[in-house]
Amino acid sequence: MKKIFRYPEGLTPLKTHYCPGCTHGVIHRMVAECVDELGVRERTVGVAPVGCAVLAYNYFNCDMFEASHGRAPAVATGAKRSRPDLMLFTYQGDGDLASIGGNEILHAANRGEKFTVIFVNNAIYGMTGGQMAPTTLPGQVTTTSPFGRDVKDVGMPLRVAELLSTLRTPGFVARVAVHKPSFIIEAKRAIRRAFEYQKAGTCFSLVEVLSICPTNWGMTPKESCIWLEKNMVPYYPLGVLKEPAAAEGGAS
Amino acid sequence: MAKILMKGNEAIGEAAVRAGCRHFFGYPITPQTEIPEYLVKRMPEVGGVFLQAESELAASNMLYGAAGVGVRVMTSSSSPGISLMGEALSYIAACELPVVVINIVRSGPGLGGILPAQSDYLQATKGMGHGDFKIIVLAPSSVQEAVELVGLAFDLADKYRNPVIVIGDGMIGQMMEPVDFPPMRDPAERPVPAYALTGAKGRGKQIVNSLYLDPEACNQLNYKLAAKYRDVEKNEKRWETYNCDQPYDILVVAYGMMARIAKTAIIELAGQGLKLGLFRPISLFPFPYEALRETAGKAKLIFDIEMSMGQMIEDVKLSVLGEKPIEFFGTAGGVVPSPEQVRDLIRGLNSRLS
Repeated sequence: MKKIFRYPEGLTPLKTHYCPGCTHGVIHRMVAECVDELGVRERTVGVAPVGCAVLAYNYFNCDMFEASHGRAPAVATGAKRSRPDLMLFTYQGDGDLASIGGNEILHAANRGEKFTVIFVNNAIYGMTGGQMAPTTLPGQVTTTSPFGRDVKDVGMPLRVAELLSTLRTPGFVARVAVHKPSFIIEAKRAIRRAFEYQKAGTCFSLVEVLSICPTNWGMTPKESCIWLEKNMVPYYPLGVLKEPAAAEGGAS
Repeated sequence: MAKILMKGNEAIGEAAVRAGCRHFFGYPITPQTEIPEYLVKRMPEVGGVFLQAESELAASNMLYGAAGVGVRVMTSSSSPGISLMGEALSYIAACELPVVVINIVRSGPGLGGILPAQSDYLQATKGMGHGDFKIIVLAPSSVQEAVELVGLAFDLADKYRNPVIVIGDGMIGQMMEPVDFPPMRDPAERPVPAYALTGAKGRGKQIVNSLYLDPEACNQLNYKLAAKYRDVEKNEKRWETYNCDQPYDILVVAYGMMARIAKTAIIELAGQGLKLGLFRPISLFPFPYEALRETAGKAKLIFDIEMSMGQMIEDVKLSVLGEKPIEFFGTAGGVVPSPEQVRDLIRGLNSRLS
């Protein structure tokens, strides 16, 4: 009998600490599969965030940094510029990337740093117990927006993929979701493209992944998938928002 | 080889290159901007990497990334920018990575002024960031010495797997002095450290991390670091004395440029028969407590002079342990005491002694 499905080489076979129904597991697996498929695991270095995925340095089976909150793009910049032959990726949540790390991601993208960013957007701060994130939707209840996000007070949610897509520096920016299998398949395609651009030395790449957080949304995983589709996708449209032109090394 | 007349900041940049450093991440801030401006041109000449980061916060984290993949790396900044690096330095020390940081100190606190000061002593030696860690701090008092201490900084950073700060008051960065450089060191001679993240090829994965949720594991890390710092204290104390081979009534204690100014005053007054000595700490951490205590033992009075409101004086007090009276004079804001001013102060103290 032939083994046709196995644990990716790029993932350490460990029981993770993620909540039941959390989509980090799915996203970790996709990243690991892409690293395996491109044959780059042995020269890949990941940078873990502060957030639910803080222990990602245990889960990915490659060399890993643990960065301080928000600074993963700066850590990756230092590493990639010093060892351009390494494949660098950061894996960040909405607090890490869109709040405290706003400046670091902006400038890494603007400089066109040639690493890959996996941005997990679940519209809330998971690890610290469900506070409002820059990506929390209007009216969404969190522990620091107990009456619902008041956009008159704290503004509208931040759309990172759109923001970064306006930069003039070539880059690959895509937004995907993981609430249904068909969307997961598309998500993996985007993540694979992102890593391919890095392998070819083309440009900066970022994939924003709309994800669920049943625990802090106060819903079952199934309800969360429905909530994501109904509420997040309209505000955070899916698709490829930016890709390098042919002259910049993209597809012709 | 003929000496080169060079601005301190530029000499510091060149010294890093000579020490085999090929990676620099920094940000402009007066009075050290000449360091990145020098290195942006010099690094390409030696096949090195220069990047102007978006902030000192980012630059210090780039240092973490570069050191983590195994290269010699440096940043430079001045006081307010160094404050921004505190977070990263705590992480770097916890992960036991070597980095070199140049602080060309300006007046503070807050935005302060751009003129020289010595008001980052406590920050560098005791308060660089959260948690139990130390930074090795070296204080030059001439451009030549700055060149030597930069080279030493890289070696100590590697030896102890720890950040090292070379701290110069703003004058060191801006003044021009003749300087001799050591020969160029080939970065290829430095072996890739075992802890470096080079990709998990032919070995298991490695992690550069400072998260220790398990209290016993965190406890063990702290004991390990503390033992390392005790080694540093045992081996790396550096200081210089002047005129202490003959009897002295007053022992002046000063570091950096302040020591140089004080020395001028001491030379003049010693020529007039006053009995004066100078103790100049070169390593601010580890502070040469024992050497100062022994040297102070022969004096009647210690005179601590700093361009601050009194920071090194805390370590001077720890050296002396109440056994000698300590007088202090300090200035801030970029007000630099002149040799004449220092001379008059010492003379005044001396006349009160007899």
